[in-house]
Amino acid sequence: GGSCRSLAARLGPVCLDAASFSRRRLSFGPQFVYTPESADKSLGETSRMNLFQAVTSALDNTLANDPSAVVFGEDVAFGGVFRCTVGLKDKYGKDRVFNTPLSEQGIVGFAIGHAVAGATTVAEIQFGDYIFPAFDQIANEASKYRYRSGNHFNCGSLTVRAPIGAVGHGALYHSQSPEGFFAHLPGIKVVIPRGPIQAKGLLLACINDPDPCFYFEPKILYRSAVEDVPVNGYVLPIGKAEVLIEGSDVTLIGYGTQVHVLREVARLAQSELGVSCELIDMRTILPFDEETVYASVCKTGRCLIAHEAPLTGGFGAELAASVQEHCFLNLEAPVRRVAGHDTPFPHIFENFYLPNQRRCLAAIKDLIGY
Amino acid sequence: MPLSSSAIRANLLLLRGGCGLFVSSRLASSAMLSTRPYKLHKLESGPASEAQVTSDEARKYYRDMATVRRMETAAGNLYKEKAIRGFCHLYSGQEACCVGMEAVLDRNDPVITAYRAHGWTYTRGVPVKAVLSELTGRASGCAKGKGGSMHMYNHNFYGGNGIVGAQVPLGAGIAFAQKYREDKRVCVTLYGDGAANQGQVFEAFNMAKLWDLPCIFVCENNKYGMGTAVERAAASTAYYTRGDYIPGLWVDAMDVITVREATRFAKDWCLSGKGPILLEMETYRYHGHSMSDPGTSYRTREEVQSMRQMRDPIASFRQTLLTAELVAEEELKEIDQSVRKEVDEAVQAAKTNAVPDPKELYTNVYSQPPSGQPNYRIRGIDQFTWSAN
Repeated sequence: GGSCRSLAARLGPVCLDAASFSRRRLSFGPQFVYTPESADKSLGETSRMNLFQAVTSALDNTLANDPSAVVFGEDVAFGGVFRCTVGLKDKYGKDRVFNTPLSEQGIVGFAIGHAVAGATTVAEIQFGDYIFPAFDQIANEASKYRYRSGNHFNCGSLTVRAPIGAVGHGALYHSQSPEGFFAHLPGIKVVIPRGPIQAKGLLLACINDPDPCFYFEPKILYRSAVEDVPVNGYVLPIGKAEVLIEGSDVTLIGYGTQVHVLREVARLAQSELGVSCELIDMRTILPFDEETVYASVCKTGRCLIAHEAPLTGGFGAELAASVQEHCFLNLEAPVRRVAGHDTPFPHIFENFYLPNQRRCLAAIKDLIGY
Repeated sequence: MPLSSSAIRANLLLLRGGCGLFVSSRLASSAMLSTRPYKLHKLESGPASEAQVTSDEARKYYRDMATVRRMETAAGNLYKEKAIRGFCHLYSGQEACCVGMEAVLDRNDPVITAYRAHGWTYTRGVPVKAVLSELTGRASGCAKGKGGSMHMYNHNFYGGNGIVGAQVPLGAGIAFAQKYREDKRVCVTLYGDGAANQGQVFEAFNMAKLWDLPCIFVCENNKYGMGTAVERAAASTAYYTRGDYIPGLWVDAMDVITVREATRFAKDWCLSGKGPILLEMETYRYHGHSMSDPGTSYRTREEVQSMRQMRDPIASFRQTLLTAELVAEEELKEIDQSVRKEVDEAVQAAKTNAVPDPKELYTNVYSQPPSGQPNYRIRGIDQFTWSAN
């Protein structure tokens, strides 16, 4: 409304001198401070865990309670390249926790078959960047099994885990965010946690979900996100987004690492611009929580979606199209997306590529001043 | 040590300047050196059991291997100083493979390999300075700093590929182009023991054999796919037989002459229209899989030490040359010093050369500009990055 326009008048240009970046030492990767959360007291005893330990805990609970459960992938037996499976082979045996050869298409195809036969199957793809040889199996087998067989068969007991996202030095093939490709496959679910408590609950939910789930772990959070996580099993809802900060002027939508970047953006927007932001973590990309998103944008009237994946055809495009369709009359400004650029994830200038605080703040300014 | 009688001897007077010493030594201008035994798959006969090596060739092979070794050591140090970030896979220990093969190839024979590519990048004609600058992300890097460790390129060197096994069908395609253009060239397509279990490798084998492509498939078997020993990943570790209907050769790739003669055999095979051939280069890497891997959690330090002491390709070649009196020890020392100087200068350049222009973030996505769209701009680039040029 009017108060927002006067805010816009008070604001100066967001200063950013691209040339100066090259003259000083750049800090790499997504810039954020992780804000630990606490678990519901009713979930009982907790233990200090980072994100990879929370994943291990979820897998431990699964292997303990489900005799059909197996965990496999490249190098998982010694603990995995990100230490997500440490101790599991020793505890549950090499029949249940084992290494596969270097064959992504084979790993996922094999996993689908195992799941179709009724076993709880948790397959790991070592980096999300490597999942593409398996994409045919996912698109043409996993997502369509139930539908094409008229519910005769399904691979619902399949969960595939993979690390994704920028880490500061991953360059072209260790930083990708492929969730957009998977959002386009009816029949699967796609989940991305923002921290350890979320990670364990969402992973357990995926493993228990009756449909095949693709669970993408933001690798930069493996060590940097630490919380007191319940040691027993618990599930968090799939298909439900979460409002982390309530606000009145702009809705910020993100998932994974970007949620923490947006936390800082919300703080800066309040302190620098006097703008009150509402922050939503999508948590599930597919099927996404329309109700929470539309309710928020109808309230605030402005929407900013941010993700590391490239802009064109990214998941933000689906959100933006849906939001404008359902919230049109409530919108004060067009829906904005701040995303990775339409280039391969770069080896150099990662700091320019990512949807960092400055770019998000600039977009908020535009939204307020529209 | 592999050694046989020298054929030709000549008296040479070596004048040492500076200290005014006259050193006379009986150095051979060439020698017959034995190759190490090969194993054959679907081949009636294999490469020669001995080969003529001139002192010029000897010096070149020694120099090239020493340069790769020192360059990789420098890369490791730069990584520890955080001048190189991300993923860096070192070739130390495997030098005989790229140098030995390159001895028979010429610059018109295309080569494609995986991510452990720095040695090949050098032998394919990219100076040490351009390799190290690419690693540190400078504009003087061979891919303008945009590719990094796993993506280095040069004329007839198609990289440098990060996705395991993906380069093998590409190599078959390049070989097809050679055949189509009647170029009388071979394409060398390298992959590792880990990649040998990728499905697309077998798809490439089938196409290459079906269409008689002049493709030399080379499995650089360094015994470990990252941290997994070959026996734990492969139902058959006889990689030279896994082309099945493609004839194969097992090569002890810790000896540069053995590698050279195998490559000569393979190149002749392909160019005589007999279709593809598969070489397994059994070799060893001293470092871990990458700089993130110490390389000792899945193999013993004793194993690594023993390989360094007993089977090092550079040390054993040095010994061979000295024993065959092909090259004088002083010359080898001079080569070592000259290599050290070259690499040290390259390290300086890699640390101090200019970073690329910010516009390199968004150039070369398409041909520039894409045809029919002269005003095409990459979506999402904000005005700050765009106006930096």
